[in-house]
Amino acid sequence: MKVGLFIPCYIDQFYPQVGISTLELLEKLGCEVEYPTGQACCGQPMANTGCEEDAVAAYHHFVELFQTYEYIVAPSGSCVYHVRKHYDIIGQTEEVRKVRKNTLDLSEFLLDILKIKSLDSRFPHKVGLHQSCHGLRGLRLGTGSERVLESSSKLDTLLRMVDGLELVELTRADECCGFGGTFAINEPAISAKMGKDRIADHESKGVEVITAGDMSCLMHLEGILRRQNKGMKVKHIAEILNGTQL
Amino acid sequence: MKEHAQKSAEFIRDESRTDWHDEALWFVRSKRDRAAHSIAEWEQLRELASQVKDNVLAHLDQYLEQFEANAQRNGVHVHWAADAAEHNRIVHSILEKHNVQRLVKSKSMLTEECHLNEYLTERGVEVVDTDLGERIIQLKEEPPSHIVMPAIHLKKEEVGELFHQKLHTEKGASDPQYLTEAARQHLRQKFLAAGAAITGVNFAVAETGGVVVCTNEGNADMGVHLAPVQIHCMGIEKIIPRAEHLGIFTRLLARSATGQPITIYTSHYHRPKVNGEMHIVIVDNGRTTQLGRADFRNSLKCIRCGACMNTCPIYRRSGGHSYGYTIPGPIGSILTPGIDLKKYSGLPFASTLCGSCSDVCPVKINIHEQLYRWRQVIVREGHLPPAKRQGMKWAGKVLSNPGWYNSLGKLTRWALRQLPRPFLYNSFNEWGRDRELPQPPRQSFKEWYQNKKTEK
Repeated sequence: MKVGLFIPCYIDQFYPQVGISTLELLEKLGCEVEYPTGQACCGQPMANTGCEEDAVAAYHHFVELFQTYEYIVAPSGSCVYHVRKHYDIIGQTEEVRKVRKNTLDLSEFLLDILKIKSLDSRFPHKVGLHQSCHGLRGLRLGTGSERVLESSSKLDTLLRMVDGLELVELTRADECCGFGGTFAINEPAISAKMGKDRIADHESKGVEVITAGDMSCLMHLEGILRRQNKGMKVKHIAEILNGTQL
Repeated sequence: MKEHAQKSAEFIRDESRTDWHDEALWFVRSKRDRAAHSIAEWEQLRELASQVKDNVLAHLDQYLEQFEANAQRNGVHVHWAADAAEHNRIVHSILEKHNVQRLVKSKSMLTEECHLNEYLTERGVEVVDTDLGERIIQLKEEPPSHIVMPAIHLKKEEVGELFHQKLHTEKGASDPQYLTEAARQHLRQKFLAAGAAITGVNFAVAETGGVVVCTNEGNADMGVHLAPVQIHCMGIEKIIPRAEHLGIFTRLLARSATGQPITIYTSHYHRPKVNGEMHIVIVDNGRTTQLGRADFRNSLKCIRCGACMNTCPIYRRSGGHSYGYTIPGPIGSILTPGIDLKKYSGLPFASTLCGSCSDVCPVKINIHEQLYRWRQVIVREGHLPPAKRQGMKWAGKVLSNPGWYNSLGKLTRWALRQLPRPFLYNSFNEWGRDRELPQPPRQSFKEWYQNKKTEK
């Protein structure tokens, strides 16, 4: 099984360890992984700002780069959601349809394709799971608290495979952290307030590490944690699943 | 209109009040969750409601005519208003005909939308809003900040002070029961003196020609039963085909709005009372234009429950007034661009696109997807500030070209490491007001990967 590794631009530039963990984890699980080095961005920043037409070149570039892979896997619910949901404005050639269909978030790939039941990883800490909105409500990686359905969560399932990890229950299970892409700089006051409120929820439960399937939410929360000189850490779920220690 | 960002920043300045506002609305959202979870078939109900509304929107012309014919058969006067101005003229002409000087009104977002109160007051008619929350903000001379709880932004102490000034309650009194009793006594006089009563409409049943009004205070009934003339104002989208469909919506409405199984009163008005007159004013005011927009048509399914406001993390922390329109929050942000794209061009951006609104919506309006689509329209029509537009053009070029992307990424990381703090954290850096920038690594993932490959 040949897997194309898709590393979102801000992870590539600012959080290489998340990319490394994803790659190592997939290889450990027996996948043949290739990272096409021509990668740039999926186009989401432009499109979410309303400038879809400025994202079209990025869409075509992405499809061209990844069209030969059986699966395209990324450690980001948000970017995967963008490819799957919003690449509908370019011509739906066979390649485009294939790429959209086969682009998966890491948690989907691990549970739905590889169908893993256990992991060789230990993380003896109190962990709070931040459900990123695009993963939760976009890709349906879990049941949002709004919906009256049997409750499930892919990220939760994966974290429970980690030895020693204590997953805490939050007061607000899946409220948005306030990042929202360009929202974070268009409405900085409310964006930061939302982040502070999420952190307070984790803090009140004694969380040592906040984890998520999206580094963008964690980048925002980490920025606030560091400004406030709080000891709480952030770690992408790929790092925890791959056995990275604090 | 001041941009939402600016108004929300002002709102947040009082952080403890923001927390109080957020908690008050989160409490309602939680109550809604409990009520929804008490019904196993909740998701099927939502789907059913959405499909009934799909059917209504697809055959709206026929249903409206059927409704009119049945209402007329029941002895109701039916009026058609193309816009707010015509709606206001029609209502005023009915009042003039009966020489009505005093009017009581139960909650109606439509009459707020049409600014009926101002119109009638200017023409010498005393208009009294009889919903307690509406009466509070009417006395305070403010617009509603929420469609179901219009005075949710006010604390009971503030209501106490207002009532002390306007209704002569004891100074410093803020006991809700005491204040409510004062409002009841005050409103009782208004009910008894009214020559006409206006209500909004939650549902208009095409099959019967009747209208249904849901209230918790019984004020719609009180007004209609006492006044000789009753007027019901409705938007064209309030139609449902048959009486048997009502149950779907009443089960969803109150649970979504306040977490109650049903509103205390569900009043059905079919025909005028003996010696009375009943009017229904059916208003378009931009709705058919919205119906014609394939991407945004679904917004007309809205049953005005307010659940999207209660769940919206931004609404809860910015207050209804920050949106600058009668209907605030997520639903307001997809309705307003259709009314005045330029004026409200900031609202679809007042969202993280978290999608909670769409999942909480009892009629499954894809609110966050419409916010995304409105953003595209706003940019296409040239309403994004030029600097942002230009920035995105450049971003589009850089982020689709690996060579430029690699170089610019490297340069950015270098700058973040090397530049002294004041160069990075200043008034141009909106991110850095309350947050640190990421700590840039020496190597990007790509550089690490390429090194590893050459080592092999």
